Amino acid sequence: MLNVGKIEEGFVLDHIKAGQALTIYHHLGLDKMDCTVAMIMHARSGKMGCKDILKVECDINKLDMDVLAVIDTGITVNVIKDGEIVEKKDLTLPKEIKGVFACKNPRCITSIEQELPHVFFLADEKKGLYRCRYCEEKFDKRQLD
Amino acid sequence: MLRHLLNPLDFTVEELDELFTLAEDIGNNQKKYAHVCDGKTLATCFYEPSTRTRLSFEAAMYNLGGNVLGFSEASSSSAAKGESVADTIRVISCYADICAMRHPKEGAAFVAAAHSHIPVINAGDGGHQHPTQTLTDLLTIRNLKGRLDDFTIGLCGDLKFGRTVHSLINALSRYNNINFIFISPEELKVPDYIIEMLNVKGISYKQVINLEEVIGELDILYMTRVQRERFFNEEDYVRLKDFYILTKDKLNHARKDMIVLHPLPRVNEISVEVDDDPRAAYFKQAQFGVYVRMALIMTLLGLNAEEENNA
Repeated sequence: MLNVGKIEEGFVLDHIKAGQALTIYHHLGLDKMDCTVAMIMHARSGKMGCKDILKVECDINKLDMDVLAVIDTGITVNVIKDGEIVEKKDLTLPKEIKGVFACKNPRCITSIEQELPHVFFLADEKKGLYRCRYCEEKFDKRQLD
Repeated sequence: MLRHLLNPLDFTVEELDELFTLAEDIGNNQKKYAHVCDGKTLATCFYEPSTRTRLSFEAAMYNLGGNVLGFSEASSSSAAKGESVADTIRVISCYADICAMRHPKEGAAFVAAAHSHIPVINAGDGGHQHPTQTLTDLLTIRNLKGRLDDFTIGLCGDLKFGRTVHSLINALSRYNNINFIFISPEELKVPDYIIEMLNVKGISYKQVINLEEVIGELDILYMTRVQRERFFNEEDYVRLKDFYILTKDKLNHARKDMIVLHPLPRVNEISVEVDDDPRAAYFKQAQFGVYVRMALIMTLLGLNAEEENNA
């Protein structure tokens, strides 16, 4: 059994779909932050069979919950302070997400105008469906895998 | 308040009714509107070739007594030097009172409107929206059928890339008792987001491949061209371009009061022998296109004939 130590301040992202931890690591911008990250992949889970976990030691205000929600609202966010879980945050879908994901439609204006921010709006809350603000092409979550 | 037309849904049904009433009055009393836009300038920013849409806008502005400036392809504009749409519209805002923009990329008019100080009309953005064609289509239907509800419309041809089709479906979905029949090859089916929208609104539709099997059910047949410029693969275009050809024989199975519409230009999808049939309404449609653009320019500029003529 692999043991990863406690963190003092930061967050633990639990119930990440197996194999998606690295994607989340990149989209949260953790590769650009000066913080310690433990990535546990394909851990056994009673609920999911297999899951990933991310432990991040950093200022707790630095987590972009919107990005996480767009990727998967099923992720559990545990906020850690002084080594203890002080809060479990619920993820809710943001109305709009800007500058994180890129529109993949080759006919979209963003494909030729590099300075435009990539913006997606929540088109269908029930389905968690986002569309590009410019071309209205569906945001395909498979592009994250 | 600065208003744009990017999507046919930017105007409410009531606003569209007013616009169509104005357009019909323009058609009946052209002289009354001949100087409404004296001293006003329309910029036509066309980043991809278009004959009828651009000329229709120009005719509309000239008929209103205004001026026109602009470019008709990207290579003759600063876009060839790498200027962004945002910068272009900021500059155009200094030269003109209103702008009609066509661009091959989807969302270009949205970007323009976000940076513009003058009203922007989306004259087509890639395969996305073409709202003034939709206004033309709606005005034609209203004028020739006398109503904008209670009918079955068949949309035939390229329903995937055909922006006129997407805009028209969106616009018609706000009226009552519209029954859609989508007629297309498998590869050119209507996009899933349109189907989702129809499902959400509970609007009746069906999808078929064969035109002959449904032509007798239609009040309106809207033909479209398979557009070469939307294909990345020439082979696919060649295979699909002549999938539907409306002939006199096929029209024999249609209702006597059905009308045939087409956004034009047509290539092979409507045989020229159909042109003389009283049900062929696509050239009248082009005339309605000028009236509705005149009405739109006046509306977005906040002008009305009585005030301007008394000024």
